[in-house]
Amino acid sequence: MIAWLQHLQVVPVVTPLLVGALILLIPDRYEVRATLAVGSVLVQLAAALTLLYLTTDSMPHMWQEGVGVYNIGAWPAPFGIVLVVDRFTAMMLTLTSLVGLASLIYSLASWDRVAPGFHSMFQFLLMGLNGAFLTGDLFNLFVFFEVLLASSYGLLLHGSGPSRVKSGLHYIAVNLTASFLFLIGVAMIYGMTGTLNMADLAVRITLLDPDDRSLFEAGAAILGIAFLVKAGIWPLNFWLPTAYSTASAPVAAVFALLTKVGVYAVIRVGTLLASADEQTSFIDEGLFYGGAATVTYGVIGMFAAQQLSRLVSYSVAASSGLLLMALGLRNEELTAPLLFYLASSVLAAAAFYMLNGLTERMRLFSVPNDADLAPLPDVTYVGFGVKEPPDPHSPDDEVGIAIPAAMAFLGMSFVCCVLLVAGLPPLSGFIAKFAMMHVVITTPMDTPETWYEWLFVAAVLTTGLAAVIALTRIGLRLFWSVTGRTTPRLRLIEVGPVAFLIVLCLGLTIGAGPTMTYLESAARSLHAPEVYIRLVHSQSAVEVTP
Amino acid sequence: MEAIFALAIGVLTGSGVWLLLRPRTFQVIMGLALLSYAVNLFIFGMGRLVTDKPPIINQEGAIDPSLYADPVPQALVLTAIVISFATTALFLVVLLAARGFTGTDHVDGREPDA
Repeated sequence: MIAWLQHLQVVPVVTPLLVGALILLIPDRYEVRATLAVGSVLVQLAAALTLLYLTTDSMPHMWQEGVGVYNIGAWPAPFGIVLVVDRFTAMMLTLTSLVGLASLIYSLASWDRVAPGFHSMFQFLLMGLNGAFLTGDLFNLFVFFEVLLASSYGLLLHGSGPSRVKSGLHYIAVNLTASFLFLIGVAMIYGMTGTLNMADLAVRITLLDPDDRSLFEAGAAILGIAFLVKAGIWPLNFWLPTAYSTASAPVAAVFALLTKVGVYAVIRVGTLLASADEQTSFIDEGLFYGGAATVTYGVIGMFAAQQLSRLVSYSVAASSGLLLMALGLRNEELTAPLLFYLASSVLAAAAFYMLNGLTERMRLFSVPNDADLAPLPDVTYVGFGVKEPPDPHSPDDEVGIAIPAAMAFLGMSFVCCVLLVAGLPPLSGFIAKFAMMHVVITTPMDTPETWYEWLFVAAVLTTGLAAVIALTRIGLRLFWSVTGRTTPRLRLIEVGPVAFLIVLCLGLTIGAGPTMTYLESAARSLHAPEVYIRLVHSQSAVEVTP
Repeated sequence: MEAIFALAIGVLTGSGVWLLLRPRTFQVIMGLALLSYAVNLFIFGMGRLVTDKPPIINQEGAIDPSLYADPVPQALVLTAIVISFATTALFLVVLLAARGFTGTDHVDGREPDA
């Protein structure tokens, strides 16, 4: 048992890789493919939960201080590639597998048969996400970013149609350019320090001479820009709303995680660099201003959006902006509420995207308001050889049980999602925003100006207010206008994932105490990366017991 | 050698960025290709430019690191080439699909109003 647990860190990467490849080999047996895909996500969920349990130091003979280091190929740390699990990583892994599970099950209702290759790409996307969270090596981080981006290109185009291809074109061009920046940054850092291992890097910064130091900082800045493109900071985020809102519903739900990968990378690399010397980290005031601009952009976009999917995409941008603002305040107390907000906003956005997929079926005809600005996603079912498009009026290709009281369910879920996005009680969005504001107001800051804090509080409140106003307007049009809509036929398999994510948020609310305690320990280990660095260095080869 | 190398990277990057900002999809993809060449050369250069030094260590006798080239950037370049090649190929497919759907090669999917 213990021997098996030693290799647990590779499970979230290897499982989707193998299953994704296996699915490619069985093109014509749909049930087998779907079962394999769901099984793989369940295995990842189990692995993530076990890792989460291990980082609580419940098994002290295995891991100390919540950090587990795995040397791939048993090469010791600075030479080989390491996978490192700490509490932050474990939390992100769990979040990934939960959102992945929900959107995969949702996709089984119809979306996964629209075009071939969906299940493989979905598995590779999860592999890229898990790998990016796990890796302790900068270049490996690049590789996993590319894995997740390459599959996200495919998934964004899933379902095809002019609007998806057009937004996909922009999305791919922007992300390819960001990848080049990533490579330049990594190469400069390697050229100056001679290492790619993040823990080793943190040690070597202090040994640099001043000439090399300035080049190193330039490299770190370029790397930071690459991360921020992923995180969707203004003005590098104009691709985001269009790309996310044209993606098919289950894909958009997973995409809710993608911007948070950028935020993750900023926190991970930033805290490690900050351990050597505050000046080298790219977590500073720049992030605050960038985040504030992103929040403004998101809020204006929310007011302007005429479609629910675009509105949710702008709220994703705004939540990313809030996270960056909070990081820019450089208040260590703020990290735990920030992580809580990250988890809550990802779950809420994922639920909202899937709900949007359901409410789109209520329309008898499409809204012509801004049709040329952002055409509704149209699916070329026929082009991909799918005989019958899923028609809401006819009980074709039943996969699950249709549920009664469809409108009541949609309305209730909509209200819950609004509460989550806006941060109103009683759901977890409120707790997250309240905790952030509480910390900002109560703790004294080292900056002499207090307007930073008040600007942050104003941003938190404004995003909430904007979300309430904009979403209420769309909600009125969706649910209370009598003309031009029909009661859709909902299947349990589509309703379940939405309800699952909302219940998870409810669980976050009820279990806010223990969750916050865990996140506080995660934040502590983030801001004291000496443990992380020491454990990565000291780890000798894993003894493989037969 | 350094000057020529630096000039090559500079010219490739400059042309790449200029093409990337052009409105036609084909220009964009050419710009991305040139940028990827520039980035690959840059990574390679970060391992320091040396001649007549093998990257693979001969295990006989004592090892003097100054006699060998740094193998890590070469491995990184290899990975970066593969990845950028694959993603550029994918971009080409999307470009053709966009041309088919919209009937124009403008990046916005429609001709700008004259």
